[in-house]
Amino acid sequence: MEAVLFFIAAIGALGGAIGVIAMRNPFFSVLALIVHLFSLAVLFLLLTSAFVAAAQVVVYAGAVMVLYVFVVAYVGGGESAWEPIPGQRFLAPLLGIAIFVELAVAVLGSALKALDTHGPDVPAGFGDPAGIGRLLLEKFLLPFEASSILLLLAAVGAVVLAGRLKEESPASAGASVDAPSPGATP
Amino acid sequence: MSATAWAWLVLLFPLLGSIVVALGFRVLPQKTAGAIGTLAIGLSFACALGALFSLLGDDTEARHHASSLWDYASVAGLEIKLGIYVDQLSVFMALIVAGVSTLIHLYSFGYMRSDAGYHRFFSYLNFFVFSMLLLVLAGNFVLLIVGWAFVGFASYALISFWYRRETATRAGMKAFVINVVGDIGLVLAAFLIFRELGSFDYGTVFERAPDTFTTNEWTITAICLLLLVGAFAKSAQLPLHTWLPDAMEGPTPVSSLIHAATMVTAGVYLIARTHVLFALAPTAADISAFVGLATLLVAATIALVMTDLKRAIAYSTMSQIGYMVVGVSIGAYGAGMFHLMTHAFFKALLFMAAGSIIAAMANEQNIDRISGFWKAMRFTSITMLCGGLALAAFPLTSGFFSKDEILAYAGARGGMYLIFTVLGYFGAFLTAIYTFRLIFRVLPGAPCPEARELIETGHLHHGEPFNPATGEREDTDVGFPGPEHHIAEHSAPMRIAMAILAFLALVGGLIQVPGVDNVVADFLDPAFEGPVLSHVHPSIAWDWIGLAIGGVISLAGIWAAHWLYIANPEAPRRLEARFRGLHDFLFRKWYFDEAIDFLVVRPALAVGRFANRVFERFVVDGLVTGTEGTVRGAGGVVRAVQNGFVRSYALLLIAGFAGLALYFLITSS
Amino acid sequence: MNIAWYIVLSSLLFATGVVGVLLRRSPMVILLCLELMLNAGNLALVAFSRMVGNAQGQVFAVIVMVVAACEVVVGLGLIVAIFRRRLPLNVDDLRELRG
Repeated sequence: MEAVLFFIAAIGALGGAIGVIAMRNPFFSVLALIVHLFSLAVLFLLLTSAFVAAAQVVVYAGAVMVLYVFVVAYVGGGESAWEPIPGQRFLAPLLGIAIFVELAVAVLGSALKALDTHGPDVPAGFGDPAGIGRLLLEKFLLPFEASSILLLLAAVGAVVLAGRLKEESPASAGASVDAPSPGATP
Repeated sequence: MSATAWAWLVLLFPLLGSIVVALGFRVLPQKTAGAIGTLAIGLSFACALGALFSLLGDDTEARHHASSLWDYASVAGLEIKLGIYVDQLSVFMALIVAGVSTLIHLYSFGYMRSDAGYHRFFSYLNFFVFSMLLLVLAGNFVLLIVGWAFVGFASYALISFWYRRETATRAGMKAFVINVVGDIGLVLAAFLIFRELGSFDYGTVFERAPDTFTTNEWTITAICLLLLVGAFAKSAQLPLHTWLPDAMEGPTPVSSLIHAATMVTAGVYLIARTHVLFALAPTAADISAFVGLATLLVAATIALVMTDLKRAIAYSTMSQIGYMVVGVSIGAYGAGMFHLMTHAFFKALLFMAAGSIIAAMANEQNIDRISGFWKAMRFTSITMLCGGLALAAFPLTSGFFSKDEILAYAGARGGMYLIFTVLGYFGAFLTAIYTFRLIFRVLPGAPCPEARELIETGHLHHGEPFNPATGEREDTDVGFPGPEHHIAEHSAPMRIAMAILAFLALVGGLIQVPGVDNVVADFLDPAFEGPVLSHVHPSIAWDWIGLAIGGVISLAGIWAAHWLYIANPEAPRRLEARFRGLHDFLFRKWYFDEAIDFLVVRPALAVGRFANRVFERFVVDGLVTGTEGTVRGAGGVVRAVQNGFVRSYALLLIAGFAGLALYFLITSS
Repeated sequence: MNIAWYIVLSSLLFATGVVGVLLRRSPMVILLCLELMLNAGNLALVAFSRMVGNAQGQVFAVIVMVVAACEVVVGLGLIVAIFRRRLPLNVDDLRELRG
């Protein structure tokens, strides 16, 4: 049973990934990524990480991807598929394959015997929100707080970046500048 | 005061004179500058006399003193001091140099009066005297080389004194370059001496030399040969003699002082000073003697056909120095130095008289155009005659006693050295002929236009200023001779100097009459004690026989000159026509200049051209531009990485990561 | 399935992301591929956490998600800014950093 679920989820993840990199329309790439994220959530569940799976779905697929969808809708999509820099047409896939092979060899050839197991028996509350919460607030308080500051910074940065245009913008020549409306939407 | 204290003063005064005149060239009026210069040398001569008397106060064995002011270098076995060595030889030379220089300064006081470079002249002249005295009084080889080099510079500065004249500057450079060749020989000799004997100091070197070297060992022979290179360059012996005739481009006092009496005798002094080394290398000494003999004859033959008055006297100098070189090379040190002294007197006098005549001729120097000055300038003519008689070794003049003593010594040594005696007398015959050729051409006869002008109006001829060698016109501003010329008859300082020298030229030989008195030899010989040669003394009888032969030859030469130039004026032209080839060969100075040009100058220029066209262009430039090109290419390659494409940066990143992972995989397996 | 499968899958997903970054031209899609790579890392973290038996890897994965979110926010803000200034939305044309 577990194997079946694993393979379904794996194929979903892989398919989503290939969809991301292969779709012409960026919107379809976004959708493929969402599929990928859901499959990953299933994989997380198979690894008894319930909280992470939930966070994946809620935060990642739910918030981040929605943001993506909005921006793709605003920006629009180019009709371009793979267009590598001319010198790198063969080098890029080659490197990708090389990375995969190396990592696989490193993992499979390593002396970690535990890789061949399912892992130790874990207590029932392994991966529960309670456990994660306790860790976050006790052992990893500093990273927790730091990452919240990071979020704040990112939010402020995004506001500034996408804020109103100035009069003399370094846009392409001859482009008319949008007159900034006072109190432009952040 | 001790002899060495006097000697330091001898060195000090000319140096001070040179500096004072040089620095004060704008403030000092002409006469003051000239007076300061002359006084400086006069004081130097007085101090040399003081040194002489102090030395005479010692007994004969102990008449050598060394003194040093400070150490230049005292490290790792190398000791070089600012030190002088005062013995009979150096005091003798110092007296001659300072004495004759004083008279020549007096002469220049009047002669150079209207030259714009008057102060510069006296400064250089004083500096020259300082350098020559330094050379003569030096107590170690390093200071000798310093004096040697300074003298070379002073000679260059004075030959090119009229620096706007291109012939003069070229002659100065020629003299300097050939002197540098000699300097190289001298310096190499000094190095070898230091390497073999461990010191530069005269006392130490001459003490250690007989113990360190066996006779004719190759090192000592090499040292002596290198010393000879230096001596021959400075004394204008074959084959390094080509600079001396060209050096006549300098003003006449310069020719008189440097190229007759003092600088060219530096080589003779060097050989005499290092006689200990030459005694250990008889082969080198013989080579030196033969070179001197060859120079003697070659120069005499060239002087027979020279038409430029000063150059003819220059070749005569070369020939007489050949005698001196022969003298000190075969062991007749006292005789050689005596001839040096008398030659200084009569040669300086001859140049002075020639200068006076040339001034009357408004710078014309070609004897074909000069004649009849006996009537026009009586004083000059008389002094010139005195000098000529002494040069031709007319009986009882100074030259008579000095020259024949060398030849008598050679005869006394016997064996191979009789060649010197025989050929030396032949040279004396030629000397008499060419000397009186000059005198009979210039003095008697119908006065030439310039002389006539002098007789009739009492004024000097004033022509357009021109270069006597090339005939091109000049102006009279600084860098060229001045507008006025001064002759002895109109200038008291010139007359005084010439009169003193004429007196010395005539009677100076009487201090060394064989069997009667032996002043010079008695004084100098103890300085040359030691080597076997100094014990060779010709007997008094042989001396007088030699003198008699010399007197006869001299009279024969004068008679021959009379026959050729007064009795049968057509004879020289006929001889010249008959022996045209020989005449041209002699007139072109035995083609030495052409030979040196072919053997040395052209290959050097070719090497320079090769270096410029091939080596510089391909090798050096190739290396430099090649390096530049390589660096630029490498830069171009590296720059290509910064192309602005984010994805190529990402690629590099990924590639690096992949490579690293590969490396770790491999090393851990 | 033993843990090794998860790790191999993770490396495969990572390689895919790499290829995508190098081959696509639109900045949007490149960001998406970056997300792929981050998620592959997350998967590996969680798998190892399960292998070791404590939840620290999962906490790490949560923090990674936070970071990914921040990065997406800023990246999209950049893209919007570029779009607003009517510059071509194409990484090859945005090369002011050329050396």
